[in-house]
Amino acid sequence: MSQALTRRTILKTAAIGAAAATFSRRTAAQTPPKVVVVGGGFGGATCARELKRRGLAVTLVEASAIYTACPFSNAVLAGLRPIEAQQFKLDAVEKGGVDIAQKMATGVDPQTRRVALEDGSSLDYDRLVLSPGVDIRFDALPGYDEAAAAIMPHAWKAGEQTLLLRRQLEAMDDGGTFVMAAPGNPFRCPPGPYERASLIAHYLKTHKPRSKLLILDAKDSFSKQRLFQAAWQDFYPDMIEWVSLSTGGKVIEVDAKTKTLVTDFGRHTGDVVNVIPPQRAGRIAQVAGVADRSGWCPIDPVTFESRLQPNIHVIGDASIAGGMPKSAFSANAQGKVCAAAIASLLRGEGPTEPKLINTCYSLVAPDYGISVAGVYSPRNGVLTDVEGAGGTSPVNAPPSFRAQEAVYAEAWFQTTTSEVYG
Amino acid sequence: MGRRRLASALTLGSMMSMAVTMMAEAVPAAAQGVAPPGATACSGCHGPVAPGAAIAPLHGRPSEEIVAAMQDFRTGQRPATVMDRIAKGFTDEETRAIASWLSQQP
Repeated sequence: MSQALTRRTILKTAAIGAAAATFSRRTAAQTPPKVVVVGGGFGGATCARELKRRGLAVTLVEASAIYTACPFSNAVLAGLRPIEAQQFKLDAVEKGGVDIAQKMATGVDPQTRRVALEDGSSLDYDRLVLSPGVDIRFDALPGYDEAAAAIMPHAWKAGEQTLLLRRQLEAMDDGGTFVMAAPGNPFRCPPGPYERASLIAHYLKTHKPRSKLLILDAKDSFSKQRLFQAAWQDFYPDMIEWVSLSTGGKVIEVDAKTKTLVTDFGRHTGDVVNVIPPQRAGRIAQVAGVADRSGWCPIDPVTFESRLQPNIHVIGDASIAGGMPKSAFSANAQGKVCAAAIASLLRGEGPTEPKLINTCYSLVAPDYGISVAGVYSPRNGVLTDVEGAGGTSPVNAPPSFRAQEAVYAEAWFQTTTSEVYG
Repeated sequence: MGRRRLASALTLGSMMSMAVTMMAEAVPAAAQGVAPPGATACSGCHGPVAPGAAIAPLHGRPSEEIVAAMQDFRTGQRPATVMDRIAKGFTDEETRAIASWLSQQP
């Protein structure tokens, strides 16, 4: 190395050091920029791996040793699948060179670009990705707090809650009533409540055929509605009753002691009650100041950078992603786009305008699948459906078509989980 | 390059741009080329080559094969469950770029 080069390096280093307070924490030019990702679900784990592939130093912060995936967890409720089929570890992600911090992220300082962890340690970042999923809002539905969730499970975060609801269904007598409260938009997995109703109806029809299933809904319409309702007619006639918002379906209060859901028009008591309450972006998003008054996180549709805090990107269910639903497929697609955008930004280049895809499968019965798909691009600052593309499976399709979609549903789960965790 | 000249350039603005440049030096470009819009979403369903995979793998497939399939999905020439709905979201040019990128992936 020549004298001149050495001098220049020293000067450069000094310059950065001087600028650190206002611009960057970086002091050594040769260290790759540091990205911290919070959340080891479909969005965060995908993004972390993709950033690593692009040569960046990545730390993934995830408090749980085991991630329990939500897609297909309704099949666990119906006894069609063991919970172990939903569980994944971050070993392969770590083996690929991503540093794993198995700790809870408790704070973010956007000024110093630092993430605080539960044990008092901290991580510095050049760019931060938050993929915290959803938090259940225990302040939104009177009577529904954490204690109530132990009696009337939400099972909207897969794991113990899923198993609790499964045990309750197993213990229910033939002739019992299952009641579900479905939330208003937006929420994680828009077709999820209706897939759940379908698969629980399948379980009841098979094992407890005199039972009934009631859905009290805070909405007048829902994802894949025509397909679900047509299939309910065929498979579960007289078993599933759906009460829409305008016919008095909105649950306004719950009483856990008596397993009662209260609407403006009446009280509904069930033998097993599943309350899917309103949700918001995971806690760290609230703490970091990237969630707005809606509880969700507005983002730039090209980079997924927060509209509220610089250098922080939000992906997955927590983000306000325009037309894209809150799904695992969306989170996976967003994780890859966000990683590419961050790599571009750190190279000092402008990110290219992305195009994203979502595909969500739902099972109505074990061999009967339906789907909704969409293609999205930024328009007027919002991720918008590309016109002429997307939509649901055809309403009139032969059983072979539905069976094929059920096969593809499982194939999607296997492919995506192996891309994210395998 | 004189020390004086460098030092005189150290305004906040130039420090910032220098910092970006220096970061850029430390970030290697993606190994297999930059993915065109939409391309990275495919692997959500289309995984690596695996025996008995229900969904066709796409990485390393000939570009023209992928373009032809997408055109046939779009026009309805080729039966589909979901790809007809997705193919309609991409122009010919976008499809060609995605197909070319996929064909180069390991």
